[in-house]
Amino acid sequence: MPRLVSHPDEVKIVSSRFGKGAANIDRYLELGGYEAVRKCLAQGPEWIIEEMKASGLRGRGGAGFSTGMKWSFVPKQSAKPKYILVNGDESEPGTCKDHLIFLHDPHSIIEGAIIAGLAVGAKMGFIYLRGEYRYLIEIMERAVADAYERGFLGKNIFGSGNEFQVITQTGAGAYEVGEESALMESLEGKRGVPRIRPPFPAVVGLYGGPTVINNAETMANVPHIIRMGAAAYAAVGTPRNGGTRLFGISGHVERPGVYELPMGYNLKKMIYEVGGGVRGGRKLKAVVPGGSSTPVLLPEEIENLGMDFDQVGKAGSMLGSGGVVVIDDRTCMVEFALRTISFYQHESCGWCIPCREGTDWLKKSLTRFHAGFGTASDIDNIQYLAENMLGRTFCPLGDAAAMPTLGFVKKFRQEFEDHLNGKPCPYAREGVPQLTVV
Amino acid sequence: MADVTFIVDGKKLTAPAGTLLIDACRKAGIEIPAFCYYPGLSLQAACRMCLVRQEKVPKLQTACTTTVAEGQIFYTSTPEIEQARKAMIELLLGNHPLDCPVCDAGGECELQDMTFKYGAGESRMVDVKRHRDEQQWSPAVFYDRPRCILCYRCIRMCGEGMDVWALGIHNRGANSVIVPNDGHQLDCEQCGMCIDVCPVGALTSGTYRYKTRPWEMSHVSTVCTHCGDGCKVTLGVRSTAEGAEIVRADNRDKSGINGDFLCAKGRFSFDFVASADRLTEPLVRNAQGKLEPATWEHAIRVAARKLKEIRDARGGSAIGVIGSNRTTNEENYLLQKFARTVLTTNNIDHARSTDYAAFARALAGTEGKTASLRDIAAASAILLVGGNPTEEHPLLAWLLRTNVRLNRAKLYVANSQPIKLDRQAKATQRLPVGSYKDLAAFLVQGESDFSKALAAEESLVVIFGEEFRGDAAENLVAWGLKRGPNPDSVRFAYLGDYANSRGAADMGLFPDLLPGYVPVTAPGAFAEYANLPATPGKSMPQMLEAAAKGELGALLVVGADTVSRSSLDSAALKNTFVVVQDLFLTETAAVADVVLPAASLYEKSGTVTNTYGDIQMVRKAADRAGVKPDFEILVRLAGAMGVDVATLVPFSKRGTTGDLGQSRGAQAGEADRHAVWLEANGLEPKLSPFDPLAVFDEIARLVPGYTVDRINLFAGNDVHTEPRATPGFVPVGAIQSPSLVVPAHDTLFTSGTLGCYSTTLRQLEEHQSKELAKAAAD
Amino acid sequence: MSANSETLPVFSSALATRFDALVEKYPVKRSALVPMLLYAQDEVGYLSDAVIAEVARRIGITELEVRNVATYYSMLRFKPAGKFNIQVCTNIACMLRGGYEIYERFQQELGIGPKGVTPDGLFSLEEVECIGACCWAPAIQVNYDFHDELDPDLVPGILDQYRNPIQNKGKNA
Ligand SMILES: Cc1cc2nc3c(=O)[nH]c(=O)nc-3n(C[C@H](O)[C@H](O)[C@H](O)COP(=O)(O)O)c2cc1C
Ligand code: SF4
Ligand code: FES
Repeated sequence: MPRLVSHPDEVKIVSSRFGKGAANIDRYLELGGYEAVRKCLAQGPEWIIEEMKASGLRGRGGAGFSTGMKWSFVPKQSAKPKYILVNGDESEPGTCKDHLIFLHDPHSIIEGAIIAGLAVGAKMGFIYLRGEYRYLIEIMERAVADAYERGFLGKNIFGSGNEFQVITQTGAGAYEVGEESALMESLEGKRGVPRIRPPFPAVVGLYGGPTVINNAETMANVPHIIRMGAAAYAAVGTPRNGGTRLFGISGHVERPGVYELPMGYNLKKMIYEVGGGVRGGRKLKAVVPGGSSTPVLLPEEIENLGMDFDQVGKAGSMLGSGGVVVIDDRTCMVEFALRTISFYQHESCGWCIPCREGTDWLKKSLTRFHAGFGTASDIDNIQYLAENMLGRTFCPLGDAAAMPTLGFVKKFRQEFEDHLNGKPCPYAREGVPQLTVV
Repeated sequence: MADVTFIVDGKKLTAPAGTLLIDACRKAGIEIPAFCYYPGLSLQAACRMCLVRQEKVPKLQTACTTTVAEGQIFYTSTPEIEQARKAMIELLLGNHPLDCPVCDAGGECELQDMTFKYGAGESRMVDVKRHRDEQQWSPAVFYDRPRCILCYRCIRMCGEGMDVWALGIHNRGANSVIVPNDGHQLDCEQCGMCIDVCPVGALTSGTYRYKTRPWEMSHVSTVCTHCGDGCKVTLGVRSTAEGAEIVRADNRDKSGINGDFLCAKGRFSFDFVASADRLTEPLVRNAQGKLEPATWEHAIRVAARKLKEIRDARGGSAIGVIGSNRTTNEENYLLQKFARTVLTTNNIDHARSTDYAAFARALAGTEGKTASLRDIAAASAILLVGGNPTEEHPLLAWLLRTNVRLNRAKLYVANSQPIKLDRQAKATQRLPVGSYKDLAAFLVQGESDFSKALAAEESLVVIFGEEFRGDAAENLVAWGLKRGPNPDSVRFAYLGDYANSRGAADMGLFPDLLPGYVPVTAPGAFAEYANLPATPGKSMPQMLEAAAKGELGALLVVGADTVSRSSLDSAALKNTFVVVQDLFLTETAAVADVVLPAASLYEKSGTVTNTYGDIQMVRKAADRAGVKPDFEILVRLAGAMGVDVATLVPFSKRGTTGDLGQSRGAQAGEADRHAVWLEANGLEPKLSPFDPLAVFDEIARLVPGYTVDRINLFAGNDVHTEPRATPGFVPVGAIQSPSLVVPAHDTLFTSGTLGCYSTTLRQLEEHQSKELAKAAAD
Repeated sequence: MSANSETLPVFSSALATRFDALVEKYPVKRSALVPMLLYAQDEVGYLSDAVIAEVARRIGITELEVRNVATYYSMLRFKPAGKFNIQVCTNIACMLRGGYEIYERFQQELGIGPKGVTPDGLFSLEEVECIGACCWAPAIQVNYDFHDELDPDLVPGILDQYRNPIQNKGKNA
């Protein structure tokens, strides 16, 4: 069972029911559950969307798009049924926050999905979890069954005359399926290859119908926003970045864990105070601020960095999925770069040339380079490859591979050069096998 | 849609709103490179070669998915774009084996071309390339994964284009591979379309691989010899010691009625031409009763002497002539003229695979009522009755599928059994077995949803085949003609087998009908024919019956295996002098007295008419020492019988200023263009009686319906013709005798007698029957 | 047809019943494909030819289509694995906290290499990408059970849990 942590600076909204047995529907009701839906049923769709816009809630899946805006793009009239999709594919390395929501507060996701359904006029929702989360799928399915039993889901929810059905779905191991259109393909029983856009999901999505797709954390925030009021929620964060975020602090820190902190919380503080500082009192070398696809930041870059979408963007990286990976001074950045790119190489769907071939070549070059067989031109070539993938792939996975690579090469060029002169890996840990050339 | 104006590289372009930018640019001569984009197939934006910059849009856009709108501004050749293209090629080449020197595609490879044009001079990649061994998926298809660039054209062509869905993609990322449906083998229609659309040498053809290089062949555009659809096919020809050999067939020249399409027969089954079983010298039966090789002069002399002798002694009615479904219009025309004016007999017929005469009779007095393949390809609604085009008319099936898929045409299928095209049908009507003849009555009644839907169609093309003969064909046509208020709203197509069955019928290979379905009894018909016998002759069964009774003195068989097709006891011909012109020692040739080795359709020139009435030029591609075109053989026979051949072939009559080739370029293509110019200026040389086109003027003059646009025809286009029978003229009696029509119903892997001599076709058939057995065992 | 292995049911009746319901659940039958493959693998151990054929039949698509999809997803396999498939995450968060050491230790304890299966068929071992337990790294999954905050010395104990399941009932996850 993943360990729960806490820190005084936390503002517990989405995580307010963690550790309180809220997976049980009665317990969830005791803790104020399903009140938000009742409020929404009384207020109507327009009001819901306005509240969402006012709350400043931005997508927690990575891109940080305004949730209220997204919902407002769904056409009112549609010949095809509309759908709500909860993205619980959570596969970005460094990210494990949705894991806890599914475990501790599954009903908040159901409730969020019902509200989204009411807002856009959808009668069916899907909750898609990655296949590895089997025990969480079981928890989720139990919660859905309970909600049906109470009449919170079904043909006539809460006796309101509205219909809302929920189906939980499992993936089977594919990072790319977290991309919204690839997820729809997967849900339709196909290979997880993204779709050409436009049309966007809000217009043509699952089974060709207008579809709202949101991250699980985004969805879990919805009932809280409705309950506490948009203004109160917005006030917790920074301008244009409402509320809190579940930050997953991992890597070389004393107290790793998932912490709910207000948007805009200082990154340095997050590492040194919330996370308890670098493990073993070592020096901080670098930090990946928002999951493995976000470019690495140097200690001097995080001094005054508030963790919201806009500030991290300005600092040359991204808030992404909120997975903060802390790296100490004994880490080999070439190895770190290699492990990162190996992941994207493994997960590229293979549809487009720049991503499929680019990740493959980056992995090959970095493997050889890290093993001590690099040449002087490799560093430039790696940079060249990444630059030429950037912005030219079919979906953002290619960028997710190229961006961090560029960060590593640019910010740690010296370390790459060191690999060429002398030991294959200056930071080789004892007893750890070197990756071999494939 | 309304036109919009937009700017590409500073040029103002106009196109209908919603046009894909890539199409609009290409039309305007602005080249946009692309691997995955293929007109007519679904979009996928995967290769990223077509990236362009659109003003005010942050990221580069794919021209293959961007639709044009008013006022947009694009850039397609900035340094940024050039770099993007270069990088894309570098990435592709990273894992590409670069075995161009041995690759089949070398010289006509899109990757190679793009590398030259947009690529980098050298590679930055030093790491090991991925390797996988080449796989053979069927006798026709080989797959070499390292060369594959994963453009998915093959998968889309097989699925969307062919509706076969035999190709898939396994794994993901750099491990992705194209996979055939049986795991290691292809269970499909073996059309080879996947090979054709592959931009590189990843999919190669079993018949062509490692044979030659593209620039070592000459490419001759002609017409497929197999079924009645008449696909245009480009033959790749290489000279050999024995003449010229065909090494490849494809549809590089997509200008034909078949556009992209060729089936297994058109693409792979040209090898019969080079079969070791080909006859390459004339044979004459010697005193011991054995066929032995002879010179052409001798063989012709023997045949001519005997034919003349029998004609003079017993009259023309003692001689029979059987023509072919695969010879050219000129040859068929000449054959009947030879029979009627030289042999003086109306005993002429051919193995009828369908009842074209009934079709002509049904349409008598109408105009513009037959559907060309191009009409079918563009029709908004089609009624398909009987048959199974997927097997028997692959091109028709392709056009129907494509028309439904891209234009949302409505296909109605009425059949007594399920067919594959049901999948494209808007409505299907199952008919009781053997009840096709009642269909017209059923439709006239108009009570079913099916008939109502048909009646409601603005316009309709009705396609039917040999299930409708005589009155049945007439009734169906009559129903169609009465359908709807708009007289232009209906067209018909009648299906028959073989490359020139329609031509054989049109050219009068009938005992009772002259060319153009003119009855031999019609007053004043073909008045310029000397010695034309006035009464109808014997049909094929009647001739054979007469022969069996010892009443037929001689039988001339051109390109037909009468003995095997009519399951005739070969002893029945022992009292008849038999002359056979054929490619092979068929069962009929084996009992002949004189056998004359004939050229195949790929070894001669002329025209053929497909079953829809589209006439096309046939061009000589291959050459085989020892054989002669049937046209030349007939002229020689006539000459040897003492006929002034100028009365048979009006050569040298019109073109007086001959151009003997001095001013023609070396390339075939140029010569073709030159021929058009010559023709247009009345300079076409007809200096030889062996030039089949010398008879084309006469055909155009005498045969109703064949007054066609010659310039277009000679330029290599298909030109439509339709029967112009006079109402009430075509006698109904003969055409209703059921035994006269024996349909071939060839499948995708059979092609009459010819098919037996194609090794590839036999291998494909065997491969597919194994796949069938496997599927049945599951 | 004779009574041979081909006529034996591919799935247990419980799973078959579950699949009957599954295909009915969605607006489009095919949506059941990915879960069906995963659940079938859980029962059969891997996606055998018979499983593929049966799934194709139930969904009404070709076996090729099923394979196109199945080969895309990395949790699905086409060869049997051990009864307990040990999946060690070595992605960045786990790597930083010793994922490779854990992986190495499993190899030593089991005497098998990457993608290996122990001779008794009890365990198989593979390196996997991030499993969503980064904050509790290093983490592994044994089949679907998570084990987190590991240390190489905990490896023998984990193996024991699976070798002697009775003693360790209820201790998973
Ligand atoms: C390669 C790739 C992987 C992604 N993986 C996930 C994921 O695992 N979970 C998720 O919620 N969003 C993921 N996303 C983002 C989704 O595409 C989508 O933006 C998100 O689900 C929208 O929800 P939000 O607006 O609530 O963030 C991924 C995007 C890309 C390009
Ligand atoms: S960038 Fe291209 S290959 Fe990569 S995952 Fe996206 S579509 Fe697939
Ligand atoms: S042609 Fe546009 S991406 Fe391939």
